[in-house]
Amino acid sequence: MATINLTLKVWRQKGQKDKGRLETLPAPGISTDMSFLEMLDVVNERLTLEGKEPVAFDHDCREGICGMCGAMVNGLAHGPERGTTLCQLHMRHFRDGDTLMIEPWRARAFKVVKDLVVDRSAFDKIIAAGGYVSASTGGAQDANAIPVPMETAEEAMDAAQCIGCGACVASCPNASAMLFMSAKVSHLALMPQGRPEAARRVLAMLRAADACGFGNCSNERECEAKCPKEIKITHIARMNREYMKAVFGSARE
Amino acid sequence: MLWVLRAFSSSVGKKFLMAATGLGFCSFLAAHLAGNLTVYWGFDAFNSYAEHLHALDPLVKFAELGLLTMALIHIATGLTLFYQNWTSRPVRCQVKRAAGGRTLFSATMPYTGLLILAFVALHLITFKFAKGAEETVSQLASSVFANPLYVGIYTVGMLVVGSHVAHGLWSAFQTLGLSHPKYTPAVEKLSLLFGLVVALGFGSLPFFIVLMS
Ligand code: FES
Repeated sequence: MATINLTLKVWRQKGQKDKGRLETLPAPGISTDMSFLEMLDVVNERLTLEGKEPVAFDHDCREGICGMCGAMVNGLAHGPERGTTLCQLHMRHFRDGDTLMIEPWRARAFKVVKDLVVDRSAFDKIIAAGGYVSASTGGAQDANAIPVPMETAEEAMDAAQCIGCGACVASCPNASAMLFMSAKVSHLALMPQGRPEAARRVLAMLRAADACGFGNCSNERECEAKCPKEIKITHIARMNREYMKAVFGSARE
Repeated sequence: MLWVLRAFSSSVGKKFLMAATGLGFCSFLAAHLAGNLTVYWGFDAFNSYAEHLHALDPLVKFAELGLLTMALIHIATGLTLFYQNWTSRPVRCQVKRAAGGRTLFSATMPYTGLLILAFVALHLITFKFAKGAEETVSQLASSVFANPLYVGIYTVGMLVVGSHVAHGLWSAFQTLGLSHPKYTPAVEKLSLLFGLVVALGFGSLPFFIVLMS
């Protein structure tokens, strides 16, 4: 089993009021088979044994599907690999002797709760504003009652892959939540079931996002480059179209 | 009509304003460049182009009014976006790296924009408001570019404009939702090409004028 020795520079912050600072923590003897979070577990176990406060970080599934984990590693959301969440990032991608800078997501809309844990409830507010279909489903329909072309279903599925981790906001030079929001708007706009509420949805979700204090998209494409689910900015274009349709083509304001 | 104001004050609405006015400027640049390139057919062709253009005075005035309106919208919205985007991340990462999405062109949009504003002001002072009644446009251009400082400023200015539109053109398409798997790759290449044509087309003019005069 190959092991590597690392030096971590981790953001430590006791709470919202605390100013926070970087702490240097040694991480010796890390197995290259570990995931990034397992490496943090090892460091935390040692800190706990030493009677020190472990590094707080969010996680849940540890298999890249829940969207809880995430941190900036050396200035990149979820670390250097493409299409990977932090829990799926393996230590074999690092070299012996590396120094890793580990910081929380940074955005006005995401306040640091503690260390690497940020409050992403702004995303919940955006979804609550309209990221759903409110029709009652009733009894199960025939599978082919509403035909959807294969390509459209695939495209909607691509958008639906969003796990809401917040890497798009963290990567965006403007801390914009466009990729996140557009994934949901696009996913539901592509589906016949989502059409009846399309105008209401895009207007309400955009309003909610703007109110949360996210920045404005300037097509820098950094979100797309760091999205662990590789969601494309074509969904942002579709959301912009949906917005235009809602503003000029619907009776809603 | 309040809904219109509301629609354009949202984050996507402001982008629409930037994109629509930006595309307007791109068409202006194309027309302006086509006109200026007549200088390659000689000073006579260049002067005659300018005279013919000014013979259409009411139309020119109308276009100027349109450009001024677009400029006010583009600048005011751009500055608002610049400020909002700056404040949307009060605490920054100690280390932040680009992930491969942004380019030199996209990352410098607010700065190249402000430089273009300064350049346009200078350009209007040196050309539009300085032209004597008896003077032809080629005489004016020759006298301006006799000063190497102006040749330098204009060359750099055109590189800056080229860089701005190289990101701006495809970005406007994306913002207006004009994204399509068949056309978008071409639009992205066209955008770079347009930036290059603008930079080279306009940027070569001062040197040619110096050579000719
Ligand atoms: S812990 Fe669930 S995605 Fe990483």
